[in-house]
Amino acid sequence: MPNMSLKKNEMPSQAPDVRNKNFLEVALGYTEEQALDEAQRCLHCKNKPCVAGCPVGIHIPDFIAKVAEGDFEGAYQIITQSSSLPAVCGRVCPQETQCEQKCVRGIKGEPVGIGRLERFVADWHNKNVCEAPRKPAPNGHKVAVIGSGPSGLTCAGDLAKKGYAVTVFEALHTAGGVLVYGIPEFRLPKDIVQKEIDGLKALGVDVQTNMVIGRVLSIDELLEQGYEAVFIGSGAGLPRFMNIPGENLKGVYSANEFLTRVNLMKAYQPGSDTPIEHAKRVAVVGGGNVAMDAARCAKRLGAEEVFIVYRRSEKELPARAEEVEHAKEEGIVFHLLNNPTQILGDENGNVKGMECIRMELGEPDASGRRRPVEVPGSEFTLDVDCVIMAIGTSPNPLIKSTTQGLETQKWGGIIVNEETGLTSREGVYAGGDAVTGAATVILAMGAGKTAATAIDEYIQSKA
Amino acid sequence: MYRIVKKEVLNPTVTRMDIEAPLIAKKAEPGQFIILRVDEKGERIPLTVADFDRERGTVTIIFQIVGATTEKLNHLEEGGCLQDFVGPLGRPSETEGLKKVAVIGGGVGCAIAYPVAKKLHQQGAEVHSIVGFRNKDLVILEEEFRAVSSKFVMMTDDGSYGEKGLVTNALEKLIAEGETYDEVIAIGPLVMMKFVVKLTKEHNIKTVVSMNPIMIDGTGMCGGCRLTVGGKTKFACVDGPDFDGFEVDFDEAMARGTMYREFERHAYEETCNLFQKEVK
Repeated sequence: MPNMSLKKNEMPSQAPDVRNKNFLEVALGYTEEQALDEAQRCLHCKNKPCVAGCPVGIHIPDFIAKVAEGDFEGAYQIITQSSSLPAVCGRVCPQETQCEQKCVRGIKGEPVGIGRLERFVADWHNKNVCEAPRKPAPNGHKVAVIGSGPSGLTCAGDLAKKGYAVTVFEALHTAGGVLVYGIPEFRLPKDIVQKEIDGLKALGVDVQTNMVIGRVLSIDELLEQGYEAVFIGSGAGLPRFMNIPGENLKGVYSANEFLTRVNLMKAYQPGSDTPIEHAKRVAVVGGGNVAMDAARCAKRLGAEEVFIVYRRSEKELPARAEEVEHAKEEGIVFHLLNNPTQILGDENGNVKGMECIRMELGEPDASGRRRPVEVPGSEFTLDVDCVIMAIGTSPNPLIKSTTQGLETQKWGGIIVNEETGLTSREGVYAGGDAVTGAATVILAMGAGKTAATAIDEYIQSKA
Repeated sequence: MYRIVKKEVLNPTVTRMDIEAPLIAKKAEPGQFIILRVDEKGERIPLTVADFDRERGTVTIIFQIVGATTEKLNHLEEGGCLQDFVGPLGRPSETEGLKKVAVIGGGVGCAIAYPVAKKLHQQGAEVHSIVGFRNKDLVILEEEFRAVSSKFVMMTDDGSYGEKGLVTNALEKLIAEGETYDEVIAIGPLVMMKFVVKLTKEHNIKTVVSMNPIMIDGTGMCGGCRLTVGGKTKFACVDGPDFDGFEVDFDEAMARGTMYREFERHAYEETCNLFQKEVK
């Protein structure tokens, strides 16, 4: 008899006024009892709408059935047929717009906690199973993957499972892309990312850090070196600024810089050589996950007040619902329907305030979202000493500018065939944010998966 | 890990190291830089490629001990290893088509100016080098510069070696003597480059400067190194580090350079604390 409770099992979490002073993980994960109980809520529908909502098509009811039986390792094996990074995705996917949005239980009550169960299963496996995955027999073919973020890691993992010798080239000194420099420890502990990467290494994937492709080696040189195909998963790491006065004052950061200092360089830990400003009053401009992460990091670094400044209303906030909720609980103040017009500095070039203007929502634009319009004469000044710009990123132009014949969109995204990820160059594939612009971890993984299949077909058809 | 194959003390605060990094050595050009990390807890710092040996597979860096990280770096010896070493980053200096150039180096900036002077010399350009140091003890690369320059002027602030005065005094004198240049290339402290540009603007001589803002990744993903050039925001790590000196907002760059001064002082005192004074 299924568990007909209308609500999901609550996720045990650190209390808000405790966690907003540390960088430890906020959500603590289900216990075995909670997982068993939640798994009972799945009705095992025949048409499985949840699976259609998952960008990599995890066999959701099947793995949940294994959880309900108490066979957690069995559940893990089912998930990893489709996903290379379950401990990551269970934590950072916006399930409310993906698998859980399609869940039948969500029509009346809350959907099944699919993400929480996925996370439970992956954590259980990582804690209890030390057995390394078996290395597949080599098939004699070499593939290069550029970038070690979610799309590159997924593509590398899928190809390695088929016996390819895969080399991943990463520009930074640590592999993981946004999983290590962007998403903070309190949302995604870095030892979990490391474990997933170690798993790929055990499959035979060679990860080379400190390799900036486009500078130290070009894509053409990789092809000359005997790599039969290349996957570009270089992401969208180029920060945007607003081009308003005062943006180059001391105390104005791109979210990428702020988060890289905090997460990758561990500037929050005593003993790290990388400095970070411990500001007292911080404005974060933007409403996505990156903005929430930056705001919550600023709070944890000791800021008294942290504001989210977003030009649309609450309904349009692009961040994951759970993160908005967490941010509010931790005391982040939301200034919605506000847009900065200039950043004010003192005589030493430090930020001392930010002038904003109130907005109202006008007619829907081409994307269907109501366009924010300025309310004349409504300017006011926020008293802040630090401003973090989290208004989005674009693909880094380095690969494009050093690869002949690689076609890109005007805004920098690499043009690919959607079915295969193939670019305008033979044997060169791309996926993730490098193609779509900033999107989600799981979409990047889906693209890595698609490309891995296409690369396999391409190389086998030549062989 | 990246091995230090040679270490040489150039003067009391400046050290030269050859680092084993064959892939970087193969590609590096004058004007480009690397980013390194000394150890696991280390920060990423940018240093210009001072030289390279494509056959031996080594990249030369020359650094001045100015803070905690350069102090730690200087503690490493031959045979030791750096945690991370990545490059070549940035755009190479443009030297194509230049016939007569004044290359100006200030202090440890000479380590960046020298490979550019050398390349110009190899391309057959007439190179006039002006180098400036605070005093005689700090002089580096004199022989190297002389070897690639048809004119060489040594300046020290206190007159303890060469001529007394600033590099701008020397440049002004050469111009007054009737020398003309296709371009002036100035590399050194921001304040020096600012005043070189002030002078060359009066004489309308195109001037290229090599900017040295705070950097983290060095690949264009954070904008920590941003500058205003010609009224537009540029990222020094990917758009530079060389820029048209007439267009650079030096005052803004100087202000941004002081962002972490307090932290830096504290970190330096913790790292180098000979007298065990209390670190506040």
